[in-house]
Amino acid sequence: MLPLGLALLLLTAAAAADPRGTAAPAALARLAAEDPAGGAAHEERGGEHHHGGGYRVVQWEWSYVQTPYIIAVWLLLASAAKILFHFSQRFTTVVPESCMLILLGLVLGGVVLIASKKQLYQLEPALFFLFLLPTIVGDAGYFMPARLFFDNLGAILMYAVVGTLWNAFCTGFCLYAAKLLGVIDGRVQADLMDFLLFGALISAVDPVAVLAVFEEVHINEMLFIIVFGESLLNDAVTVVLYKVYISFVEVGPENVQTADYFKGVASFLIVSIGGTLVGLVFAVLLGFITRFTKKVRIIEPLFVFLLVYLAYLTAELFSLSAILSMTFCGIGANKYVEANISQKSRTTVKYTMKTLASIAETIIFIFLGISAVDKSKWAWDTGLVSCTLVFIFVFRAVGVVGQTWVLNRFRLVPLEKIDQVVMSYGGLRGAVAFALVVLLDAEKVKAKDYFVATTIVVVFFTVMFQGLTIKPLVKWLKVPRSTNRKPTINEEIHERAFDHILTAVEDIAGLQGYHHWRDKWEQFDKNYLSKLLLRKSVYRKSELWEAYQKINIRDAISVIDQGGNVLTSARLSLPSMASRASFPEVTNVTNYLRENGSGVCLDLQVIDNVPGAKVEEDTETHHVLAGNLYKPRRRYQSHYSRHFMPLGEQERQDREVFQRNMRRRMETFKSTRYKRHKKERSLKKRRGSDVKEEGGDKPRRNVSWQDKDPVVVPVEPEVDKAEHSDPEKEEDVGITFVARKAETPKQRPKSVPAALEVCPSPPAEPGPPPGGDNHLPWKGSVGSPPPCVSLEATKIIPVDLQQAWNQSISSLESVSSPPAPPEAVHPRVSALFRLGGPRPASYTPPGSVAGSTTSIAAQVLQSSFCFPEKKKKTNLEEDDEEEEMGGGASQEMRPLMSPSKIPGALPPPPPPPPPGSGRRRNPCVYLRSLVAAPPPGSTEPPSRGPTQL
Amino acid sequence: MGSRASTLLREEEIEEIKKETGFSHSQITRLYSRFTSLDKGENGTLSREDFQRIPELAINPLGDRIINAFFPDGEDQVNFRGFMRTLAHFRPVEDNEKNKNLSNTEPLNSRTNKLHFAFQLYDLDRDDKISRDELLQVLEKVDVEQKMSIRFLH
Repeated sequence: MLPLGLALLLLTAAAAADPRGTAAPAALARLAAEDPAGGAAHEERGGEHHHGGGYRVVQWEWSYVQTPYIIAVWLLLASAAKILFHFSQRFTTVVPESCMLILLGLVLGGVVLIASKKQLYQLEPALFFLFLLPTIVGDAGYFMPARLFFDNLGAILMYAVVGTLWNAFCTGFCLYAAKLLGVIDGRVQADLMDFLLFGALISAVDPVAVLAVFEEVHINEMLFIIVFGESLLNDAVTVVLYKVYISFVEVGPENVQTADYFKGVASFLIVSIGGTLVGLVFAVLLGFITRFTKKVRIIEPLFVFLLVYLAYLTAELFSLSAILSMTFCGIGANKYVEANISQKSRTTVKYTMKTLASIAETIIFIFLGISAVDKSKWAWDTGLVSCTLVFIFVFRAVGVVGQTWVLNRFRLVPLEKIDQVVMSYGGLRGAVAFALVVLLDAEKVKAKDYFVATTIVVVFFTVMFQGLTIKPLVKWLKVPRSTNRKPTINEEIHERAFDHILTAVEDIAGLQGYHHWRDKWEQFDKNYLSKLLLRKSVYRKSELWEAYQKINIRDAISVIDQGGNVLTSARLSLPSMASRASFPEVTNVTNYLRENGSGVCLDLQVIDNVPGAKVEEDTETHHVLAGNLYKPRRRYQSHYSRHFMPLGEQERQDREVFQRNMRRRMETFKSTRYKRHKKERSLKKRRGSDVKEEGGDKPRRNVSWQDKDPVVVPVEPEVDKAEHSDPEKEEDVGITFVARKAETPKQRPKSVPAALEVCPSPPAEPGPPPGGDNHLPWKGSVGSPPPCVSLEATKIIPVDLQQAWNQSISSLESVSSPPAPPEAVHPRVSALFRLGGPRPASYTPPGSVAGSTTSIAAQVLQSSFCFPEKKKKTNLEEDDEEEEMGGGASQEMRPLMSPSKIPGALPPPPPPPPPGSGRRRNPCVYLRSLVAAPPPGSTEPPSRGPTQL
Repeated sequence: MGSRASTLLREEEIEEIKKETGFSHSQITRLYSRFTSLDKGENGTLSREDFQRIPELAINPLGDRIINAFFPDGEDQVNFRGFMRTLAHFRPVEDNEKNKNLSNTEPLNSRTNKLHFAFQLYDLDRDDKISRDELLQVLEKVDVEQKMSIRFLH
């Protein structure tokens, strides 16, 4: 790889060294021999090309592609260099990348210099200020941690303004003093104004260098934000000082009037405040535009880039502080843009910004290296160079200590000595200074060459020496590092609570402090800005919910990936369960389900698959294959669209696999159940409404599945089962939940059950029981539709969805119960059918007769033995009917009604569903036996509270 | 206004408050003027209604909780001393040596006292325990989004 990289470098250098496009190695020698300034010759040769041999099959069109080609090759080179540096882990941890890049630049510069005898490339100020710098600043501003930034804004502003002014003046005056003292050679023709100008441009801490070096050091966030914020915000000071001095130098110091100084101050205010305002205006504009990009998601990232860049250019246009403008545009717009644009656009913006910034940084450092290898710049004066180095270092340190002393009187968290050392040492100079010094007019500033050389040395020294040593220094001083840890939600909440508390206290004390203003701003943001700049849907939707959605989907997919049926109870109780439950916007959940096709909407017909005789092996193979060797079988239109991003193959596959697996599981359950309930089902089918009813209840049982699993002491159910060999146990667990809820109605927050119900959470299902019988889809009954749920199929109206889901769940629950003796089932079913309406009391299981919930296990046992199937079914029916009464909207809130239901259950059964009334109690009885075996009547342990949600 | 307030406040009183809370003379006079401006009844004490009249506090989700903190023992009036005592909790923590010199008792702005104060904000029924419900009640007020995240924690 290394030789390859070197070859690439050489080739690039060769290509770069040859402006006229004979890039072949042989041409290099020829070029060296030729007069390099042969524009005319080039024309001639080009002409020859065309006239020479008539039509040429291949033509050499270098001049045509030259500029973009060179740019592309440079980018390639820079990127390849990065790859090379990161080959050795050990090396990169010691040597910062910026150092390596400068060294590489030096080497390249040397190659180019040897090849063409003249340095063809240097860091052009126009290129730097118009393209390279904005990409870095844009990235920095957009991803600036706003809270941290504004929390430390006072310190940042202080260092940026006062610190920079101090550095600039002191360096300038002291250099002048050194000149007067004769330390600086007489060849350096400069007077006070020149030195002040030089001091101004050399004193500003450089954002590019700071970013490059500090990013690898990982110091704590506060320190980083102070140094980095300073480097960004000092731009206004630098720009103004630079311009003021240039004009002073031009008119000559003797012509400067007092008014001009005031103009300078006014200019500073205008440049800084104006720049900030421009940035904020563009931030608002950006937020507003992204509000309407819903239909053209694909260009969302472009808006972000364009407007942020325009903020920079506009500020530059009015000669305001462009860096300030861009920074504030990024900070201001980030919140709204991130909320408005789609997830993919967000990723795109992030990646593109990082890519651009990274490549720009690389190019800057390489070009800095290259620029240094230029004979025309070697105007060395040891006195000037050493004086500058000493002065900037000393004054930086003095300035930092002095300002920190002042700041610490106001800061709650004082800046320690260690921090001050790092801040002083981290005052890196970089490309901004270099570009500014190159911009100087050699006519007016006689000592420009000396200044350029000195700047290069200063930049190299700070970036390379200080950059190299700051890491050991930080380690040695034991500066607190960044933890790189996201605050937990708990921390965030408490922080927020503290914010409110502090604001309140400030208000009481009548102090218009930081918290007061931040609170004011938040109010303003909430009441006006967010309404103006945020999409309506976003405005109501919380970030949290979005995050939760993502987590859930990921969970689901990963579960499926792990083979489909490795669902453990632990998984079922994902922390997200609670949050899902807590999400009040039920409709969103429904939509979400629908859109993302959790594959739960089974056609009712599927349920009727008649399990034929089949080879078990066949079945197993099929299902394993279906689950694991899955290839999307759906034909997707693979049309090309400029405006819409097609789903990724992987995503599609995930989705289908997911759907399919869920589907399979459903079917498994269904089929098992089917065996036992064939007749019941057919009965029901005839009474169409009943089918629906049946569906209604299931989600709750689903809930209970989820809730129960993590909580219940596993031993007890097992024991119970063993003792009673009660087939129904598992099945009834779900039902019991309903009853239990009644006991502790308080504990459940309102929104919870609703959400739970609507969002049945596929991953919540337990794996198919080992004994479960699987259908082979191709062997299913004639009428059954293909087992794969298509995407379209998932787009059913919510009610359907729910029904289907419920149905599947119900079957799911019944799976685990071994087939009951047919006698037990049939008579009851027929009875049920016959009766239709009220059921004779004789039908109520003995357990329920006892009435009091506390009498338990024995009854349970009994009842379950007698009527395993029935009980459940009737129960379902009853619940359903109640739900029906509740009506559509309340359906989602069904669990809410359970408390009201329960009282009825114990004493006299509610009138409408008579058959169920008696049985209803059973579930709770079961639960008891399952969950808290010996003392069933007692309320649950408090620890269960949360899960019960 | 400031001058009027300071005239109303006797010097020895200021000294005592200074000793107790650690506020400086100017801070005390400034806060006293604030106190009198809040005191609509002009009886030298503040009631809950006086606090609730502060517009910013009305929209603060934790406003009630803070107001409660000014009435430690279930009283419904707080005088200037009590007012200052509560506010003193929010003074920055000072160096330990300095505090020891000032007084033997622990200053109100010590870490422990601050924590105790924060604890009391959560301890609604003042039984020196934060129950689950109390915690939830406080946190749920933080705001809507946070509320959901609280559920998220369960």
